[in-house]
Amino acid sequence: MASNVSSNKRPSVASTKIVIAGGFGVGKTTLVGSVSEIPPVTTEAVMTEASVAHDDVSATPDKVTTTVAMDFGRLTLDDELIMYMFGTPGQARFWFMWDDLVRGAIGAVVVVDARRLADCFDAIDYFEKKQDIPYLIAVNKFDGKLDYTLEQIREAVEVGPEVPIVEFDARDRLESGNVLKTLLRYTLSRARERQREAD
Amino acid sequence: MRSHRRRRRARIRPYTFTGGRTRSRHPLMVQTLVSRADERVEPPRNLMPESERIYRLCAQVRSVAEISAELKLPLGVTQVLISDLADQGLVYIHPTITGHSPSENQVLERALRGLERLFQ
Repeated sequence: MASNVSSNKRPSVASTKIVIAGGFGVGKTTLVGSVSEIPPVTTEAVMTEASVAHDDVSATPDKVTTTVAMDFGRLTLDDELIMYMFGTPGQARFWFMWDDLVRGAIGAVVVVDARRLADCFDAIDYFEKKQDIPYLIAVNKFDGKLDYTLEQIREAVEVGPEVPIVEFDARDRLESGNVLKTLLRYTLSRARERQREAD
Repeated sequence: MRSHRRRRRARIRPYTFTGGRTRSRHPLMVQTLVSRADERVEPPRNLMPESERIYRLCAQVRSVAEISAELKLPLGVTQVLISDLADQGLVYIHPTITGHSPSENQVLERALRGLERLFQ
């Protein structure tokens, strides 16, 4: 893979990615902005995808091109590792284009507004089906407190006991960073589990 | 001297740049980093203007998403053009860690340590 050019002069910087998902207006961009070392880049990305899942565009059998707003931020984790955080388009009608953004992610955060739980169902369904991307639920406490316990929320969104649920304030840098740490620990534990099963 | 940027550029539909191809041959994801193979080398004369702009941006290490955003090019087009530059040996495509192989577990540990350092 990679390139036909191998350079010894250049430190081999690698990158990785996590995805920030959830309904519209739940705080995805706020979370990215709280932790990112650059101001979040909001770009109109033109996405092209095979339209297999769409029956209403039979006139163009091969491709669908749609412009979606894509947010991302960046964190330099050490001299040789950069992590990007990609916020996914909130609207459910863009789900079929998620694969391009999600491919190769080491994990995903599904941001939830406890007052509008149903808004996150699409995102949870997506990652439940994906299987290969570890995800956690991060409940954004907008005004400082939650009306439900995390266990009540777990029951309401119907995720298994293995899926971590954390609460946080998306405006708070350390609390948002804590969500990322929890995700990475979960990703690592899943990866080690897989390794043990393979051995 | 090398300002051969053409006026008509703005009128070309994006996929004209890629000869209609929408898939890159290299494993380029939105987070994949790209940089010049040799930072001192001026871009070859025959590069398309869009490829030349990408090449110039790659003087510093950048992700596919950053290049796409900065040049306002569709992601798919950006991927194909970068793939072509890599084929010509002009840019280096950095490794992308997806966590799908056990050999990457050490990198995941480094990622966690990095986060713990940043958010303690």
